[in-house]
Amino acid sequence: MSEMVTLTIDGRSAQAPAGTTILEAARGLNIDIPALCSNQELTPYGACRLCMVEITHGKRTRLVASCIYEVQEGLVVRTETERVNNVRRLVIELLLSRNPKHPRLLAIAERLGVDKSRFEVEVKGCILCGQCVRVCREVVGVSAIGFESRGTDRRISTPFNVAPVDCIACGSCAQVCPVDVIPFKEENGVRTIWKTNFELARCEKCGRYFAPMRQLAHFSRVTGLPLEHFTQTCVHCR
Amino acid sequence: MKKKIESPAELTRLQSELKGRIDPAQPCIAICAGTGCMAYGTQKIVDRFREEIQARGLEGQVAFRTTGCHGFCEKGPMVVIHPDRIFYQRIGIDDVPEIIEKTVLGQEVIERLLYKDPVTKQRIVHEHEVPFYGRQMRLVFGSNGLIEPTSIEDYLAIGGYSALAKAIGGMAPQAVIDAVITAKLRGRGGGGFPTGWKWDATRKAEGDPKYVICNADEGDPGAYMDRSLLEGNPHSVLEGMIIGAYAIGSSHGYIYVRNEYPLAVKNITLAIEQARDLGLVGENILGSGFSFDILINRGGGAFVCGESSALFASIEGRAGEPRAKYVHATDKGLYDKPTCLNNVETWANVPLIIDKGADWYAGIGTENSKGTKIFSLVGKINNTGLVEVPMGITLREIVYDIGGGIPKGRKFKAVQTGGPSGGCIPEAHLDSPVDFDELTKLGSMMGSGGMIVMDDRNCMVDVAKYFLAFLEGESCGKCTPCREGILQMRKILERICQGEGRMEDLDTLQWMGQAIADGSLCALGGSAPNPVLTTIRYFRDEYEAHIKDKKCPAGVCKALITFSVDPEACTGCRACARVCPTEAATGKKKEVHTIDAAKCIKCGACFEACKFDAIKIA
Repeated sequence: MSEMVTLTIDGRSAQAPAGTTILEAARGLNIDIPALCSNQELTPYGACRLCMVEITHGKRTRLVASCIYEVQEGLVVRTETERVNNVRRLVIELLLSRNPKHPRLLAIAERLGVDKSRFEVEVKGCILCGQCVRVCREVVGVSAIGFESRGTDRRISTPFNVAPVDCIACGSCAQVCPVDVIPFKEENGVRTIWKTNFELARCEKCGRYFAPMRQLAHFSRVTGLPLEHFTQTCVHCR
Repeated sequence: MKKKIESPAELTRLQSELKGRIDPAQPCIAICAGTGCMAYGTQKIVDRFREEIQARGLEGQVAFRTTGCHGFCEKGPMVVIHPDRIFYQRIGIDDVPEIIEKTVLGQEVIERLLYKDPVTKQRIVHEHEVPFYGRQMRLVFGSNGLIEPTSIEDYLAIGGYSALAKAIGGMAPQAVIDAVITAKLRGRGGGGFPTGWKWDATRKAEGDPKYVICNADEGDPGAYMDRSLLEGNPHSVLEGMIIGAYAIGSSHGYIYVRNEYPLAVKNITLAIEQARDLGLVGENILGSGFSFDILINRGGGAFVCGESSALFASIEGRAGEPRAKYVHATDKGLYDKPTCLNNVETWANVPLIIDKGADWYAGIGTENSKGTKIFSLVGKINNTGLVEVPMGITLREIVYDIGGGIPKGRKFKAVQTGGPSGGCIPEAHLDSPVDFDELTKLGSMMGSGGMIVMDDRNCMVDVAKYFLAFLEGESCGKCTPCREGILQMRKILERICQGEGRMEDLDTLQWMGQAIADGSLCALGGSAPNPVLTTIRYFRDEYEAHIKDKKCPAGVCKALITFSVDPEACTGCRACARVCPTEAATGKKKEVHTIDAAKCIKCGACFEACKFDAIKIA
């Protein structure tokens, strides 16, 4: 058990184990902090900047990303100051200029009192939260996709923009995407993702297509068990 | 002399021996071979000097040194002839035989090659009497003109590595740190963080190994002092790093230098090899048991890699993107180990402090900014170049006394300090002292020392747009406020420059600026709004002219200006008609010309060509 740390969030005293982020500690108090790039299964990234909070430690007051900043003894956190809300409003307006319609962004905007973006819209869909890249590297363990270019040209891509060599078609990237912009479909025993078709394995017992062959091959490699162990029957028929 | 030096005393002996070999009365021609002068074609002049010296059999009688940048880039190619320090500027290949014949051998000064003071119209003979140099305090940069950067013997002969001998020979590591703290040295790379505290924190941090890094990722447009130090006096930077490593207890060092600086890479690489040969770098330095070695890491040119965490990522072989720094680099920096990152100029200040003492150093400058700072003085200024001045000097002294004022008698408008994300300071604040805190108060910053002077022909809206466009291109794109915010700010400025601005845009820009500064992940985004915020603060009338009157007072924004001919002033010389690329400017010889607005592309060629001030921009 880690050492417990006592801090104040929005005037309420909170205890959290050392190493906990402010975001986690605040959620433990049912304090809602909007966040788009954070995911408890993934390494904190601190890029969307929606989860900014104002902290005072000693004499110094400043804004930090609550998804990264870890709790400290005696820390005073304010989650809804004018400065904080200004950053959040700016961020959501900016994200709406890339993706003006997604319900999740619209809901955050509404909560922040932003009815529409003042900025010139250039629809790109993706908000570059990087969850797909991190889930692929950290959870799936294959790093089939990554960031390309920098600044406003930054985008998610497969290496060299061709069919991804390391992709196992697991679909985790599409699953974690908070704005649903990674196209993913299944038809006639084929799963299509990253503009690439992947063959699905068919269950010998029930006849359903249940998983991409590439993913099952990955399981076989990771576990050292023979490929047939995974490809013959689906989990329901085992 | 490849034998390793085994003790501080032995180093001192070698220094005196090398110094003794130089006859102070012997003529020495020191030619500036810095980047600026090389671009003027100095290499050919260097070759000519060598040929001439050889042809006359003067080797051994006349010394010839190709040195690093002297700083007065405006007047290159240039030579200084020692021992009298006679200063010749704007010399050409054909001047070489005459210089040797008359000045070096004949003690005669060649009038036409001397610098002419633009104010007094007097010719000035000696380098130190030239106001550009006379008003400076060249503690760090001054040695550039005295040594060949590729010669460790030259550096040793002027007392180089004495500070290292003093530190290793007689000071405990903590005493070295205390000296840097007492000297109140602050980081010259932009942040201005107290260097001694950083060293102390790294020394006290747990972890092994500890890294010492030199940040030579100088990316500001127009700034080249770090480059000139690495090119012109690499051993001074190296000596600072070795002293720092000794104080901190580090055995591993890196120099992160842009690959666009090939001469800097070459000279510092050679300097490390030379120092290693003499036992100043490597195992058991000066027989003290302390070991430290340095690797060079060449950067790929991304501006953001000057930011500490992005720099670490780049050295580690990952994309140069910053990460949130809620853990200090002094605890977890490169490879998550305690790391002390200092800028080139910061490191080069260290030997001075150790050599001459912390109290001496703390006697220079202002209350909280000590020592000197090197600035790249560029833009609309007569004396373009690198200037080193004591902290606390006023902007006016830099611009007028050292910089020689604005060319063509135009009116000063603003000086931008601190690089692309610095602020623009107007004339009303020209008497402000230049130090870390004062510049911050004015909404700008010290940054790494870029200083861009602007005159009444610079449009401040356009300037703000230019810097934002630079930063937009250099944003890594990781965090939303920086990536999208700078883009949208730039789009609003573009609209204003097109004459489509609205008064509420100014409020939006100021609001965005504050939120971007508050919300960005690293200092690039955190400081990016500065050019916009300071220009709105100090030049609001110019923004309003663009928005309300649809006019660009400086005559820059093409959508808002028209070119016309003043019939009173036009002499019908046809100069405008000859340069006009679209045949918009026309007229018969000796008759008043006209400009056809429908054909005019507002390139400004006629304005530049007219000798009679007859082209009007409104």
